[in-house]
Amino acid sequence: MRREGSPFQGLGVVILKELSDHLSSWRMRVLEWLVVIAAVAVLVPPFGAIQQIKENIAEDPFLFLKLFTRAGGALPLAAVLSFLVPLVAIGLGFDLVNSEHNQRTLSRVLSQPIYRDALLLGKFLAGLTTISISMVALWLLIIGLGVFWLGIPPGAEEMARAFIFLGVTIAYAGVWLALALLFSVVFRSPATAALITLGLWLFMTILWPMLSPAIASVVLPSNDVLEVINTQQAFARLAPSALYNEVIAVVLDPSVRSTQQSMFAAMGLVLIERGAIPDAPIPILQSLLVVWGQIVGLVAATILLFVTSYIVFQRQEVRA
Amino acid sequence: MSDNLIEAKNLVKRYDGVTVVKGVSFSVARGEIFGLLGPNGAGKTTTILMLLGLSDIDEGQARVVGYDPVREPLSVKRRVGYLPDQVGFYDNLTAADNMRYMARLIGLTPDQREQRIKSSLEHVGLTGVADKRVATFSRGMRQRLGLAEILMKDAQIAILDEPTSGLDPLATVELLEIIRNLKQHNVSVLLSSHLLERVQSVCDRVALFSGGEIVLMGTVPDLRRQVLGGEFPVEVEAEGEGLRDRLAAVPGVRAVEATGPKQFRLLADRDVRPEAAAAVIAAGGKLYQISDLPNLEMIYTRYFHNLSNEGARHAA
Repeated sequence: MRREGSPFQGLGVVILKELSDHLSSWRMRVLEWLVVIAAVAVLVPPFGAIQQIKENIAEDPFLFLKLFTRAGGALPLAAVLSFLVPLVAIGLGFDLVNSEHNQRTLSRVLSQPIYRDALLLGKFLAGLTTISISMVALWLLIIGLGVFWLGIPPGAEEMARAFIFLGVTIAYAGVWLALALLFSVVFRSPATAALITLGLWLFMTILWPMLSPAIASVVLPSNDVLEVINTQQAFARLAPSALYNEVIAVVLDPSVRSTQQSMFAAMGLVLIERGAIPDAPIPILQSLLVVWGQIVGLVAATILLFVTSYIVFQRQEVRA
Repeated sequence: MSDNLIEAKNLVKRYDGVTVVKGVSFSVARGEIFGLLGPNGAGKTTTILMLLGLSDIDEGQARVVGYDPVREPLSVKRRVGYLPDQVGFYDNLTAADNMRYMARLIGLTPDQREQRIKSSLEHVGLTGVADKRVATFSRGMRQRLGLAEILMKDAQIAILDEPTSGLDPLATVELLEIIRNLKQHNVSVLLSSHLLERVQSVCDRVALFSGGEIVLMGTVPDLRRQVLGGEFPVEVEAEGEGLRDRLAAVPGVRAVEATGPKQFRLLADRDVRPEAAAAVIAAGGKLYQISDLPNLEMIYTRYFHNLSNEGARHAA
C-alpha cells in the first residue's frame, strides 16, 4: 500500500513561493513594524528600560540580559514579546489554507505532481521562516541598541542565554502558527478562522491565568500548600504563554533556579537547595535543565497541532 | 498495452453513506475528445477527481496513462493536465508568475520553463497580458490561462471540468477551438459539461451521466439511433401549393404533419433533408428553413421521456 515518490516533492518550491508572498505582503510589514516599534519604545531612553539599567550598571554581572527583563515603564520587553509574537503568528497563519480554497487554486496546485504533505508543510515552514527572520532582526536590533546605549559589549554567557531566548521565542511562535494553520484548514472562511484563533489566544493569555487556579482547586482540592501550588501550576501550563514565561524567566535570569521561585517568593518562602548560595547565578546548562520540560512542551504542542491539521487536511475534499 | 489513455472500471464513490458515483466504466483513446455530459450533481466532477487521484476510489479500478491514480498519483499528475471548474489563480501574481509557480512544481528546468510559458501563452492568445496581474482577467481569459498551463505541462491527457460554463458565446467558440487544437497535438481530452449543445460539436464520443451512472455512451449519431430508433424528425418551414403531399411522397418519409401555416413536421426513417429540400424547390415553393438533426439535448430529454413513460406503463 505504499504510495510512490517522496512526500516532500515540491516542498522547496512551495516554501519559496509562500515566503515571497509573506515578505511582500502589507500584512507582514504592518506586523513587523508593530513589533519593532513596541520593542524600541520599551527599551530606549528617556522612558525605556535602558535608562534604569544604566543607573544600576555596577551591580549586575548579567547586565545585558536585563535588556529583556527589566521594565522601564509598564512592561519588560520579554512580556511585550510574549504578547505580540502570537499576534504575528496568527496574522500570518489564519488564512494559509482556506485562502487557497477560496481562490480556487487548491485543486490546480494539487493536480501538479506533489502531495498535500508538501503544500501544508511548505506553508507552515515558510510562515515559521518569516517569523524567524523578523525575530532575528529584532533580536539583533535589541543587542545593537544595548551596545550603543550601555556602551559595553555583552559577555559570552549572556549571548548564549540571549540566543536560547531567541530560539524559544521562535518555538513559541510555532505553537500559535500551528494553531492558526489548524483553524485555517478547519474553517473555510478566513474571518471565522481569524476570530476563533484570536479568541483562543485572548482566552489563553488573559482569562486562563485568572480561571485556572479556581479550576485547579475544584478539580484537585488539597490542604497542602505545596500540592496546591503544583496543581495550579500544572493547570496554568496548559497555556503556551505560561510555558514561555517560565522559560524566559529562568533562561534570562541566572539567579532563578526554579520555575516556582517567584510563587514561593510571593508567599514569603525562599527556595534554597542544599549547599547553594542564595541568589548566586547558576550555570547556563543548569538553567536549561530547569526549563527543559517547558521547551519540549512548546515544541511538542507545535508538532501536535501541525499533525492534527495534517490529518484534517488529508481527509478534506479538494473541490470547493 | 492498449491504446486507451484512460480506463475506468466500475468506479464507485460514497460520501457519508450516499453513493454519488455508482459503477462508472468508460475508456478514452489517444487523441480522442470524450465528453462527460449531464446535469449538475450527476457525478461528473467526482469521477474526474478520482481519475486524478485527488479523491479516493471506494470501489473499482482506474488506469490513467497506464498508472493507478490511487497508488501512483504523482506519475498520473505528471502526465495529466487539469482545468478545474471555475479555475482560480493567485490574483496578486501576474499570469506568467502563476505559470512559473506551476512550472516549478512540475519540475521544469529554468530554460524549459520560460520557453514553454512563452509558447503556450502565445498559443492561447495571452502573450500581451503575460505580465498583468490575474486579478484584472475576465472569466474567458482565466480559462485560457488554465489551458495554457496544460499546454506548458505537455500533458498527454487534458481533463477539463466545465470549461465553457459562464463564458460568453464568443469566448466559448475561442475555447472550443483551442480544445480542438489539443486533439491535433495528439492530446486526449476528457471534458465535462452540463451544456450539452455547446460541447457536442467538439466531442468524438460522449457519455451521458444521470444520478451517478452513465446512461448512454457513444458517438452522437450512435446515441441518436439508440434513443430515437429509426425515427428522424425533420422540421420544414416552406410556402407553396400542395407541399404536404409532395413532402409525403419523398422516399423514406413515413408521415407528414402540418404544425403551422408554413410548418411541416416530417417523420422519416433516415436523414431526408436534401430530398425534402429538393421536393419543395421542385414544387415551386419557397423554402425558409430546414431543422438540424436532433441534438444531444433533444436526445437526452427524449431518453428520459421514454424512461418515465416506460416507468408509468410498468406502474400501471
